[in-house]
Amino acid sequence: MESKTQYHLKLFVVGSSPRTEQAIASLKRICEDEFPGCYELVVIDVLSQPALAEEMKILATPTLIKERPLPARRIIGDFSDKESVLAGMGLLVR
Amino acid sequence: MFTHIPNYPQIEKIETGIKGFDLISNGGLPKGRTTLVSGTAGSAKTLFAVQFLAEGIQRSGDAGIFVTFEEEPADIRRNVKSLGWDIEAWEEAGKWLFVDASPDPGEEQIESGRYDLGALLARIEYAVSRIGATRLSMDSLGAVFAQFRDGAIVRSELFRISSILRQLKVTSIMTSERTQEYGEIARFGVEEFVADNVVILRNVLDDEKRRRTMEILKYRGTSHQKGEFPFTVVSGRGILAIPLSAMELKQKSSNVRISSGNDALDSMCGGGFFRDSIILASGATGTGKTLITTEFLNGGAKHGERCLLFAFEESREQLFRNADGWGIDFEAMEASGLLKVVCAYPEAASLEDHLIEMKDIIEHFKPHRIAVDSLSAMERVATPKGFREFVISLTSFIKHQEVAGLFTSTTPTLLGGTSVTESHISTLTDSIILLRYVEMNGSMRRGLTVLKMRGSTHDKDILEFNIDGSGMHLGNPFRDVTGILAGNPRETPYDFHSL
Repeated sequence: MESKTQYHLKLFVVGSSPRTEQAIASLKRICEDEFPGCYELVVIDVLSQPALAEEMKILATPTLIKERPLPARRIIGDFSDKESVLAGMGLLVR
Repeated sequence: MFTHIPNYPQIEKIETGIKGFDLISNGGLPKGRTTLVSGTAGSAKTLFAVQFLAEGIQRSGDAGIFVTFEEEPADIRRNVKSLGWDIEAWEEAGKWLFVDASPDPGEEQIESGRYDLGALLARIEYAVSRIGATRLSMDSLGAVFAQFRDGAIVRSELFRISSILRQLKVTSIMTSERTQEYGEIARFGVEEFVADNVVILRNVLDDEKRRRTMEILKYRGTSHQKGEFPFTVVSGRGILAIPLSAMELKQKSSNVRISSGNDALDSMCGGGFFRDSIILASGATGTGKTLITTEFLNGGAKHGERCLLFAFEESREQLFRNADGWGIDFEAMEASGLLKVVCAYPEAASLEDHLIEMKDIIEHFKPHRIAVDSLSAMERVATPKGFREFVISLTSFIKHQEVAGLFTSTTPTLLGGTSVTESHISTLTDSIILLRYVEMNGSMRRGLTVLKMRGSTHDKDILEFNIDGSGMHLGNPFRDVTGILAGNPRETPYDFHSL
């Protein structure tokens, strides 16, 4: 049976702060609205996994990497604007 | 009883190991601080940043982090191989770690809302703690600004990075771009957040010649040498600065006399040259400068001294043939290890490179005597300022070795005249010998006089001399001629002159 998951997302943040929490919440809301039940979001704290941040060459936080579907895209920012996040993922259909 | 003088906190410095820079900076970079190294494209900023880490590893085993925003680590590893630095080996030894922040060409990045560079900061902190780094280089800040739209965020984050590095007691360099050699310190206003220490690297085109200089613009709370200092990039060694004013005149002065290689000239000088003196022989082409040089070297070799000749005008073959024509066997001298002849075209390298190479050869060969024939040939490849610095630097270096140096200088006119070399060097030399053509009764004769002999009496006459198969022969003074040095000799009645 094929997995229902179509959207593979990685989110890099630094520690836990109100700003971080808010960014995570905003992103989750967008995902639930747009592709409920078929996305996977992995949140990575750079402080506990710096080697992964090094490997992925992350500079800014928050950074969202949409790994699949291809092409891979990066969005930096706090996801406060839904339209630009979707546009950044290449998913905005006008 | 002793009164206790309170110790004010002083800014400690760490030696970078970049030759010359540590002298200019009075001891190196301020410890635990960030220094901005700013320069135009091609001014050797990246090299400075790499060398700061490389010297730390090689000299004292200091581990270092290289944060690259521009070139990929693979490129940097490859580019510095020719300088003799094996970054890969250092990485394996846990002495070097890259934080790769170079842009990924394949991946697009979109900005949406607020962000900071927390991940970069975390990576830097992680890297520092992983290998216990005490040095860090970031290259270059301009490339960070290129990766993000919001310059204000980048500026404040870089400020945060430099203050964290300070807490971690890491001494760091950040490089940044300039658009002009003389103008604003750096692009994007970066100097405002790392303003404590600023070093400027320049690569100026002056009179069709490239000239690299470094200048410490500011060093908050600590001293440094002021002004621009020439530097060069040498394969196998990297950046070498040539400090002039930073050099101290602490050479000893000796009373030991050495032979000029010509007995008559020795007696004119009051018994020979001093062992650690600089002698300038000046004259028009063909007046016998190379002969004086040759005899000087022969005089040394005869006493078992090692002699070094830098020839910038004639080829090896010519020099050996000349010497042979004056009854001096350069080949035998060379075979016995007492003579080393280094021929070079002045145009073959920049003056700074020549200087470094000459110093290397001197340090390696350890000569008792050094001759440069001619020094004025070097005027062709330098600006007047560059040439003056070259002469000062070479003279002080030779004086530090406490050996004798004979420089020749070609005057531009056949009769009389002075050269630029003379005006630059005359105060630095201990002795000056002038060689002049003297036109008398329709024939050309040659005259020699000792103009200056520091610390000794000397013969003030202008002596006529001849050159034959056994060298230079000094004869009688030109008693009845005046105006030789000025270039217009006139006969005067002998008795009138002696009144």
